[in-house]
Amino acid sequence: MAYPANYRYTKEHEWVDVKGDVAAIGITDYAQHELGDVVFVELPKVGAKIEAGKTFGTVESVKAVSDIYAPASGEVVEANDVLHNTPEKINTDPHSDGWLIKIRLANPAEISGLMDAAAYEAYIAAQSKEASA
Amino acid sequence: MTDKIKKATRHTNQNEGLIFEKSSHGKRAFELPPLDVPAADPTKSLGANHRRGGVEGFPEVSEIEVIRHFTRLSTWNYAIDLGMYPLGSCTMKYNPRVNEFVARLDGIATEHPYQPQELSQGCLKILQLLEKCLLEITGMDAITLQPAAGAQGEMTGLLLIRAYHGKNGNPRKKVLIPDSAHGTNPATAVIAGYEVENIKSESHGQIDVDKLRDLVTPDVAALMITNPSTLGIFEERIPEIARILHDKGALLYMDGANMNALTGITRPGDLGVDVMHLNLHKTFSTPHGGGGPGAGPVAMKKILEPFRPVPILVEKEAGRLALEQIRPDSIGRVKAFSGNFGVLVRALAYILAYGPGVRQATEDAVLNANYIRKHLEGVFDLPYSLPSMHEVVFSDALQKKNGVNTMDIAKRLIDYGFHPYTTAFPLIVPGALMIEPTESESREECDLFIDAMRSIAEEAATNPELVKTAPHTTRVRRLDEVGAARKPILRWKPLPARSEAAD
Amino acid sequence: MRYLPKSPAERQDMLAAIGAKSIDELFSSIPERYRLREALNLPGPLSETEVIDFFKARAAENSGGYASFLGAGVYNHLRSVVTDAIIQRGEFLTSYTPYQAEITQGTLQAIFEFQTLMCQLTGQEVANASMYDGSTATTEAVLMAERLTGRSRILVARSVHPEYRDVLKTYAKNSGLQVEEIGYGPSGTLDQKALQAALKDDVAAVVVQSPNFFGVIESLPPLADAAHASGALLVTAITEGVSLGLLRPPAEADIVAMEAQSFGMAPSYGGPFAGVIASRDKFVRQMPGRLAGQTTDSEGRRGFVLTLATREQHIRREKATSNICTNQALCALAATVHLTLLGKEGLREMAHQNLSKAQFALAELEKIPGVRRAFDAPFFNEFTIELPRSVKIINAYLLREKIIGPFVLGTAYPELTKHALVCVTETTSRAEIERFAAALRRALEQPI
Repeated sequence: MAYPANYRYTKEHEWVDVKGDVAAIGITDYAQHELGDVVFVELPKVGAKIEAGKTFGTVESVKAVSDIYAPASGEVVEANDVLHNTPEKINTDPHSDGWLIKIRLANPAEISGLMDAAAYEAYIAAQSKEASA
Repeated sequence: MTDKIKKATRHTNQNEGLIFEKSSHGKRAFELPPLDVPAADPTKSLGANHRRGGVEGFPEVSEIEVIRHFTRLSTWNYAIDLGMYPLGSCTMKYNPRVNEFVARLDGIATEHPYQPQELSQGCLKILQLLEKCLLEITGMDAITLQPAAGAQGEMTGLLLIRAYHGKNGNPRKKVLIPDSAHGTNPATAVIAGYEVENIKSESHGQIDVDKLRDLVTPDVAALMITNPSTLGIFEERIPEIARILHDKGALLYMDGANMNALTGITRPGDLGVDVMHLNLHKTFSTPHGGGGPGAGPVAMKKILEPFRPVPILVEKEAGRLALEQIRPDSIGRVKAFSGNFGVLVRALAYILAYGPGVRQATEDAVLNANYIRKHLEGVFDLPYSLPSMHEVVFSDALQKKNGVNTMDIAKRLIDYGFHPYTTAFPLIVPGALMIEPTESESREECDLFIDAMRSIAEEAATNPELVKTAPHTTRVRRLDEVGAARKPILRWKPLPARSEAAD
Repeated sequence: MRYLPKSPAERQDMLAAIGAKSIDELFSSIPERYRLREALNLPGPLSETEVIDFFKARAAENSGGYASFLGAGVYNHLRSVVTDAIIQRGEFLTSYTPYQAEITQGTLQAIFEFQTLMCQLTGQEVANASMYDGSTATTEAVLMAERLTGRSRILVARSVHPEYRDVLKTYAKNSGLQVEEIGYGPSGTLDQKALQAALKDDVAAVVVQSPNFFGVIESLPPLADAAHASGALLVTAITEGVSLGLLRPPAEADIVAMEAQSFGMAPSYGGPFAGVIASRDKFVRQMPGRLAGQTTDSEGRRGFVLTLATREQHIRREKATSNICTNQALCALAATVHLTLLGKEGLREMAHQNLSKAQFALAELEKIPGVRRAFDAPFFNEFTIELPRSVKIINAYLLREKIIGPFVLGTAYPELTKHALVCVTETTSRAEIERFAAALRRALEQPI
């Protein structure tokens, strides 16, 4: 699956899609693949404040729980509640329908520190190599 | 031709429904003796607002249907009584039948925990003798039999540690736990109010003693160690580990889940352990029963004795035994009544049957594990090569190359008539195969297991698909765990009425 | 040794195959100086017959031949021989936790049936596969309420079983919970005024028991309303499950913590029993303990698996909902078989016999001068009486007449030294009740 060029990525395998001062956040195709079939997500409520680098929710497969780390700080303006009944969207469509939350950025400059698509693809290629070594 | 032959319907003993689906109004499987006092009027005695007509949806079936229902279900289980159950860290050994018999005796099963202690001397003597035996086996000074299972024993042990440090002025903040530990260890530490700090194992799978020396600060309350570790390897430097902790005022907790490797050979108390729990449903043969009940006694050194949970068993004048309720420094109760007494009875029956000969059981358990290791080494990858005690941990690294993982091999083992080993644990071994045969397996059974494992390794190389789609011989095939977790169905519900017109 | 399936020659052969000269070589990783040189000092070995004789001798030192009026959280009920026959089948008895679903469908389906029965009994939507017992289930229910509300003050009725409260306090001490007790009123039920006064928006749970420790039935709807009005949850403990055969289920409670001992488990000097937690669907992710769920196999057949395991310690480790691992599965199976045998009508009839015998017993005891009923709220199979003198002294007298007297409430409630908790079940015969009443009358006629 292609990594959208206009997104930014973290080492914890989250993506960020910034439109103005609002950023949509999700987990990458690589992350959903590593996790396996997602069965449950736990997301913050609208209005919650999240902080860059801290966890704001969890994604669960049958036998694993993964924390999701905030790529940037801000206030949650929308949560993708559809995922409660159809968590499989994270597997089938991680980069669009499977988005998790949207936040109003507190400090848009934080985004510039993240990887672009090319850098992220190089990063995961290196990770896969390490895993098979 | 074929369409003329009507295929016989599979008998229901292979397709048993839920008991609720057999229910029909008016059937019953149990009759009470007639009431010998005037019948009360429930509405009058209880008040109309407290009354219910009967439990909606409860089954109504006959006795033969109950027998057949549960007997059929039982045939869908694997069990020790059927064959080897090599679940690593679970110690699935033979559960002697006499233990079941004595736990059900009149005068044992019938006793009420609040009956007068002068009428409970038999029960209390059982508890006292079991305490003495377990202290002798562990080399400790004092014990509580109250905890209901290993995890509760762990909690009790950590609460003792907390109380001890608290009495010395500071309960401290952290508990150190190796990355090879069972998941209950960190979960328990949190309940006892401690932060968890993980210690990475060194390259041989042992605790990194040098690193430990740095980690033991005045904030550390204890180290929780499993010995032998979950890799089945004895922590050779445990006396030194104990000294490092003691020098800084910290204590050594030992998870006794693997005591089946040590009983009669060495004693944790002699090794410097301050407090430990025992899983009576592992080392001491009480049946696992599909998940419990167990019992998790906690043995300790003298320094922790004042903090034991109440009540405490004490010997009074003329050998009279009593349960003492008041102890000023006690951590309190962890469970109502006197522990899982019926489980304690079974464990004592096991110990009495062996006596000092229990050492032979340990030797046979270690012999079996090493015999299996010897015959499977090279066929499966052995990530840690230090000597094995009662269990051996391989990895699926060799089979992974053909896309076959430990779970696939485990499922294929079912087709060969064995229960799988423990998969994917300990966490420090990716794709672990954790094999614990116990002393209950004969050489023939071990040989059969070895043959099965070698055969599966060959299949993984030549016909990986066969392994990946296993099991092939069970009543049900691999089950959809993802669907079960996404849309949980956790109880039966009656079908909705067939048509609205009928309402 | 009869449990070990190896001959000396086989042991030697296996050692040779391993390449070890002696069995001691296999223990070489244990430092020499820590290896035991002498055999353990343990009694035995005993033959099977001797093991049985030993325990029969201990049994003879217990309470055989006495009539008992004890309940207080452990009840003597009829048990069919069928229950024991089923749970002693090796396929259930000697099977492990059903992690390998394909070869443990028997245990899994039975757990699913257990969960269903517990939901039907309690009027709740979801129930787990068992906790250790009623006391730990109550504590775990409180911890669950803490997680659900994010609050830490707990209001627990003094009429909750004293040992359940003790266990709660042990767990609470280190989890940052503040446990406060709410007294009882003249009718024996929770003091609602005191509850209202204590209820603030920092309360996670109100914990009551019904029938409560004095035997009387709490009225749950107003308690639930009060708790909910301040955002707290209502936790209801049940020690006597048979009461649910006649009593309205605690559907208003947010979490029910039940002791299932009454369903086919012998008193066994206090255990093993089985705790249950039942709650609402929406709270299931914060529930402790194992859950079996229905699913299908790769060929579309119905089957069962352990599910929602990410709540548990083996996956979530220090963030788990509980540290429970081993539970009371075989006891839960006993409850399942027992309740299936009783069925709807059998349970109702058993409950009705308990109620009738308790009514009869109270009437008989109230005929004795000086004996009076202490609390006037409705009761099920236990009730509190007040005597003109210390219950301990009376019970000592009753023992001489081969009667184990009622529970001495003064041991847990210093203000109730003359109060006794009388329990009668369907197993208590009319003759025993009459003998007890006569003995009590004689006891009270004794000069002080």
